[in-house]
Amino acid sequence: MDHKTVVEATINGERTEFLCEPRQSLLEVLRDVLGMTGSKEGCLTGDCGACSVIIDGRAVCSCLMLGVEAEGHKIETVEGLAQGSKLHPLQQKFLENASLQCGICTPGFLMSAKALLDHNPHPSEAEIRYALAGNLCRCTGYDKIVHAVLEASKSGASKAA
Amino acid sequence: MAATTEGTHQFRVIGTRPIRHDGVEKVTGAARYGADYSFPGMLYGRVLRSPHAHANIKSIKTDKALKLAGVKAVVTGADLPELPDRIEQGGELPINLHHLSCNILARGKAMYDGHAIAAVAATSPHIAEEALRLIEVEYEVLPPVMTVEDAMAPGAPILLSSLRNKEDGPDKQTNVAAHIQFKRGDVKEGFAKADYVIERSFKSAMVHQGYIEPHNAVGIYNSDGHATIYCSTQGTFVVRSLSAAVLGIPEGKIRVVPAEIGGGFGGKTTIYLEPLSVLLSQKTGHPVKLTMNRAEVLRATGPTSGGTIRCKMGATKDGKIVAAEAWMAYEAGGFPGSPVPMAAMCILAPYDIPNILVDAYDVVVNRPKTAAYRAPGATNAAFASETIVNELAEKCGIDQCDFRLMNGAHEGTPQTAGPPYKRIGMKETVEAIKNSAHYKSKLTGKNRGRGMATGFWFNIGFQSSAMVNIHNDGTASVVTGSVDIGGSRASMAIITAEVLGLDVNDVRPLVADTDSIGYTDVTGGSRTTVATGLAVYEAAQDAVRQLKERAAKLWEKKPEEVEFNNGVLSSKNNGVKPMSIKELVPRLGRTGGPITGRATVNARAVGPAFASTCVDVEVDPETGKVTILRATCAQDAGKAVHPSYVEGQMQGGTVQGIGWALNEEYFYDAKGVLRNSGLLDYRMPTCLDLPMIETVIVEVPAPGHPIGSRGVGEVSIVPPPAAVANAIANAVGVRMTELPMSPGRVLKAILHKEGAAVASAAAD
Amino acid sequence: MHAINYEAPKTLKDAVALLAQHGEKGRPLCGGTDLIIQLRAGVRRPEFVVDVKKIPDLLKISYDAKKGLRLGAAVPAIEVCENKELQRHYPGLVEAAHLIGSNQIQTRASVGGNLCNGSPAADTTPALIALGARARVIGSKGEREVKVEEFCTAPGRTVLAPGELLVEILIDAPKPHSADAYLRFIPRNEMDIAVVGVGSWLHLDGDKVSAARISLGAVAATPLFAAKASESLAGKKLDDATIDRACKLAIELSSPIDDMRGTAEFRRHLVGVLTKRTLHIAAERARKA
Repeated sequence: MDHKTVVEATINGERTEFLCEPRQSLLEVLRDVLGMTGSKEGCLTGDCGACSVIIDGRAVCSCLMLGVEAEGHKIETVEGLAQGSKLHPLQQKFLENASLQCGICTPGFLMSAKALLDHNPHPSEAEIRYALAGNLCRCTGYDKIVHAVLEASKSGASKAA
Repeated sequence: MAATTEGTHQFRVIGTRPIRHDGVEKVTGAARYGADYSFPGMLYGRVLRSPHAHANIKSIKTDKALKLAGVKAVVTGADLPELPDRIEQGGELPINLHHLSCNILARGKAMYDGHAIAAVAATSPHIAEEALRLIEVEYEVLPPVMTVEDAMAPGAPILLSSLRNKEDGPDKQTNVAAHIQFKRGDVKEGFAKADYVIERSFKSAMVHQGYIEPHNAVGIYNSDGHATIYCSTQGTFVVRSLSAAVLGIPEGKIRVVPAEIGGGFGGKTTIYLEPLSVLLSQKTGHPVKLTMNRAEVLRATGPTSGGTIRCKMGATKDGKIVAAEAWMAYEAGGFPGSPVPMAAMCILAPYDIPNILVDAYDVVVNRPKTAAYRAPGATNAAFASETIVNELAEKCGIDQCDFRLMNGAHEGTPQTAGPPYKRIGMKETVEAIKNSAHYKSKLTGKNRGRGMATGFWFNIGFQSSAMVNIHNDGTASVVTGSVDIGGSRASMAIITAEVLGLDVNDVRPLVADTDSIGYTDVTGGSRTTVATGLAVYEAAQDAVRQLKERAAKLWEKKPEEVEFNNGVLSSKNNGVKPMSIKELVPRLGRTGGPITGRATVNARAVGPAFASTCVDVEVDPETGKVTILRATCAQDAGKAVHPSYVEGQMQGGTVQGIGWALNEEYFYDAKGVLRNSGLLDYRMPTCLDLPMIETVIVEVPAPGHPIGSRGVGEVSIVPPPAAVANAIANAVGVRMTELPMSPGRVLKAILHKEGAAVASAAAD
Repeated sequence: MHAINYEAPKTLKDAVALLAQHGEKGRPLCGGTDLIIQLRAGVRRPEFVVDVKKIPDLLKISYDAKKGLRLGAAVPAIEVCENKELQRHYPGLVEAAHLIGSNQIQTRASVGGNLCNGSPAADTTPALIALGARARVIGSKGEREVKVEEFCTAPGRTVLAPGELLVEILIDAPKPHSADAYLRFIPRNEMDIAVVGVGSWLHLDGDKVSAARISLGAVAATPLFAAKASESLAGKKLDDATIDRACKLAIELSSPIDDMRGTAEFRRHLVGVLTKRTLHIAAERARKA
């Protein structure tokens, strides 16, 4: 029963093949099979958003997707956000605004925010709060996160992507 | 942000807002948290947990689980040594090692839903999980005791057969682990002088810290008897000493490596998985990684106490509080040790009241053993007292800020436990709210209201170690044992840079493992910037002292003739050319070798913290739902080392307080099973539930601290529930006395009031 | 999680054959936002998981002004939310789809999956009931249509027999002067399960109601069509007294439980509040439609 399957997907622009059991989530594949531990596990029920990645342009909880379902899809993770050593404007604004304290939710927030700005380059505060409602942060009270996304949207984050 | 600053000390780097040194790793996904560690040959562990709130464990059969392919070991309580029933200092609260060990793996009795019964190590997490289904446990289910009232009732089932308290003596079995009393003056006389007396009973629900990262530990046991633990903890040294005790291994044979930590708020100041990872590694000869899932975090780590508080306060017509009384009973969980002793000292702390009487009870119930949570015990306490303070202010016809200013504690006011306060900023935080744009703004619209409240927290000092290394290029590193949970590396670098006259980016801050730095207490109790910051300050001063000695040697002068200002060494007497650290460094070799500044501290007298918070709400009178329209927190930071992260603490604490106020609660069914053990139904605020959180950093320097800093991590959580309750009362005229003030409860209060109004209109 | 087998058929025919072959041991996988959680919790333990997201028939949205809507069972909620025609013609359904979890969840979760999960608190199911939607189901023995209000049979259970698959949801084209609305009550503003959900659909004839459909979520073992409450509106002027009576009838029909999301008493109260509010919204929309 626990035979493994070869799956081919594009991860952060690279065509990637990996081997996984059908019961392994995409999150587990990223972390335990591919060693990409930037995506975090917070709840495994889709309620905290710490595992958010972008699939074919849209944010998804990687804990609620099987690794085998990734076949043929384009996956973006926090590891692919910076271009070489140049940070994405969202990353830069998160640093400048002290938008992270413990930092465990940060990769998920960055990916949700990127998915938002890719679709809607100039969101209002209300639109940002709606788009990030699936990401829980327990440290910051969200204030500095929302400010960072607002600033990133003004600095043209969507074009940089 | 507006700040009031006292004192004359001018800083160059302290008070600036550099980008944190560990920031890039955290925005690129490179930072390694506990669960991110992997080692060759590593096994995965899972824990079997009791489905019953209260049960005798008759037998545990593990043979079927051991036969499952891929399972390498199963351990139960029988694999841990028995420990004596005595109290030790734990992470932030005292700890009984026997109880701690029983909490790691149950012995004979399950004390709560989720209590750990056995642990498995296997070649994959899925196999370990499947193996749990094959462990057969025979339980004798006992009646659960879920509330302090039920536990204190005569004839209540006894949860711990050996538990005694001083008052009832050695012969009486009890669920009350302790009764603490504080007394000053004569409350009877005091209430006799009062024109208005308000007395109410309050309830609050058990709540969880809600850190986003579940607990984790990787244990590696070496055949030479040494063990290494990689984990996300607030205190590596606490993990070392407690794990050593639970495992019966000498402390010096355990090394704890601090992984990055994904939030803690007090909940990661004790141990759960850490000793199990070592035990399973010892059994299997492989590294073993254990992680909890979210349900385990909620069911079986240490939330904070709910309980009952009866509070009575009296004031004269002209607005002076003359007497106050409180009776408090807090849920300890399955083993003694709620934060009620601290709560008893906090409940009246913001005020100068001549006559007080506080009785506090620590009560064992069939819930998870509570742990510290941001200003432990103070938030529920303030919910009670700060509600009554507002009612008294209303009775007296005095503005809620003015009433607090008239009665506020100040330098010289005796604290609940007796000793007087040194310089504190209670009134300054109230003034800051009173003068804020928020409080001055007009609130319009139906069903809207404004409320404020003030909170107190002690802050702790305790022990810290620090090293400052001067590098060959004139830059420096600062090494501490304080886990960085919210930007403290940046603060340590700022303090080092301030003392050494360096650019903050020329200082690398590091958090070392337990073998690489001296003992350091937990990152908790708002102590890191204050106490570890003090050690860093002194270690940097030690480095400066050595730099001066070396310069003196080169210049053939006495060290006291050398001055050090902003990174430049000079001497006034007969002209030597001033020299920067960078210029001195190449000559260190021939003047005595490299320079490492060192310091260890036990910071005893630290400055307590106050915060005042103002909240505007709108209440939907048809559904009882409360919306937070605006919130402002004013907090005394003493001196903000990195203001952005001080604001962050204020905002985060305020929002946790709002969550506690509105929707967070442990919901147990009649059998004592937790029904909302997930983040869907344990409702922490999302960003859509909140406005921006405004902050006013108040700076009343803490006496005796070289920078003047007070701890900033905790007190902001204290005022919000009371402030929200006061705002609801202002909006719709109902007094909420139970946390959380969830829609159903608020609606019930509104309908009750409307019903009463209809009834009284009918009677007229 | 227990070990599973994963299959991803590309045609409806293959899917039906696989599901028929697996019977009780198989379970269709759509967005996975409920199923994967259930697999992890051990609530469902199928040996075979059949991914239906590669079957074109299940991924189509087609709207026709005469024939109405055919909504493929696997169309993710986010596509429902972003579809301009659906926003115009079925605003209540779009509102409900918007309420399915976060953006991340909406990317994966589907209206069809929401229905097949059989939760009494599903958001889109009452919205579908209010619209009089039908479910097209296919199995090895052929296909059938089921009214959505008859689809769920108990918490977590539906009329689907082992081996059967929901293909699409069918909704009539909106009549002039008709519209729907959906509201749910939750303690937070997002991410919660409905304490109560109410859908309303109204067809107006001048200032009178010619037909109405009210549906209720989270107040019984299954989402309900509130027949009596709906009928009470027919032929009436939509004034406060009429609305009050419909609300009372809706409350009478509900049989909620006490749980962590709310007490039965609170839920009954909310049925009244939300019925009133959705009727007002639907009426305003219908007047403009």
